[in-house]
Amino acid sequence: MQDLVALESLSTQDIESLLDLSQNMAEILDRPIKKVPTLRGKAVVNLFFEPSTRTRNSFELAAKYLSADVINVQQSGSSVEKGETLWDTARNLSEMAVDGVIVRHQVSGVPQQLADILDIPVINAGDGSHEHPTQGLLDALTISQAKGSLAGLKVAIVGDVLHSRVARSDIHVLLALGAHVVLVGPPTVLPESYEELGVEVTTDLRRALSDADAIQVLRLQKERQNSGEIPSLWEYRLRWGITSQTVSWAKPDAVILHPGPQNRGVEIDSDILESSRSWVLRQVRNGVAVRMAVLFRLLGGGRGDE
Amino acid sequence: MKQVALLMDEDAIRRALMRIAHEIVERNQGVANLSLVGIRRRGVPLSERIAANLMVIENEAPVVGSLDIGLYRDDLANRPFSPVKQTSLGSRMVDRRIVVLVDDVLFTGRTVRAALDALSDFGRPTAIQLAVLIDRGHRELPIRADYVGKNVPTSRLERIRVEVKEIDGIDRVYVEKTEEVEATE
Repeated sequence: MQDLVALESLSTQDIESLLDLSQNMAEILDRPIKKVPTLRGKAVVNLFFEPSTRTRNSFELAAKYLSADVINVQQSGSSVEKGETLWDTARNLSEMAVDGVIVRHQVSGVPQQLADILDIPVINAGDGSHEHPTQGLLDALTISQAKGSLAGLKVAIVGDVLHSRVARSDIHVLLALGAHVVLVGPPTVLPESYEELGVEVTTDLRRALSDADAIQVLRLQKERQNSGEIPSLWEYRLRWGITSQTVSWAKPDAVILHPGPQNRGVEIDSDILESSRSWVLRQVRNGVAVRMAVLFRLLGGGRGDE
Repeated sequence: MKQVALLMDEDAIRRALMRIAHEIVERNQGVANLSLVGIRRRGVPLSERIAANLMVIENEAPVVGSLDIGLYRDDLANRPFSPVKQTSLGSRMVDRRIVVLVDDVLFTGRTVRAALDALSDFGRPTAIQLAVLIDRGHRELPIRADYVGKNVPTSRLERIRVEVKEIDGIDRVYVEKTEEVEATE
């Protein structure tokens, strides 16, 4: 493995070994000194062309817990704002001897293009509506911690699936690990073509949640309302919101996930987020462990293993 | 051509681990305040067996943990990627305790060096001691074992194989003569 651009292109074996590694990395977060010397002397760049707090901080902490040095480049205040192309920015950073690039971009495919021109590992931190591979891995890790294994579980993904890179990465990792995946949301943002991947697609929340072992609640991107693709917020909540009533359709021990940041009272109610079913904070913790595993996997070995 | 010679069989390993347990008890006057930490992989079953022996001798079990040193290697940049295994260790097992590290073979000393670094991330032990089933010499660092099952003078061309029932299905130690120089432990 040279880069991490998409879970779609990983083998089941690669996915399983990354999840095992993540589980072992999670132990480091419980230590009194949560820093290991593994990536000492390595430098990574967080190249974020889209606003992000959690993912960027998570990658930064993951790198620091492994003793790598990190710099953050954001769109505003950087040479990007002065008109420098992405390629020039990346090439210049590469010339400064950085060992890895973490990239988030609003355009799908940018991480792959960067990976094609750079010799150093490129990690996709979310590109357009394509993929968010570390989110997919941390969701799979969280569900498997809660349930022991993913094989045979029913996982519902609720919301604007069409525009969601999280949903796409989730689908690939969950299917690879043997889960049954159901997508549910407003018909305008529910791609029926996904049925070809082997998932179930429905607009009926009750049908999607019935017997579900885990529910991934996608963030409602409010700007989609302006384009007319989703109904008003109250109507959305009425038909696809995760509330104490709708959650009762799932198995009594079903776990709730949300990639964050949450719109409380829209796609999910506060009391559900705060309930014992909610694993959203574990997702955040697992995110650091997963990113440590990915950084270690891509930067922690010498050449000659590919 | 590979030549193979048996160094220890099941009985010899059992006796060596019992003697090591007696030496640990004698030196530390019991097992109170003692933590046994096995280095993955084969140090782990060995540490569990020594712990069981200590239970027989003293009627008191020591704390047992395990350590993977993969994140602390000094040769990460020169070897292919290899995943890390689980570490089961807490600061309560390390801080202000006598820690006995357990490994199968002591060779260059680099694994033990990495383990010492890892332990210090969990706390400050009162003392760290080292128990190994085989000491084969060729140290590259100023490290020695406190408890040794068997000293085996070797050439660098030889390879020591320790097999344990828990992992390999059989208890035995043998030496292989190979043509290449062995680079790491």
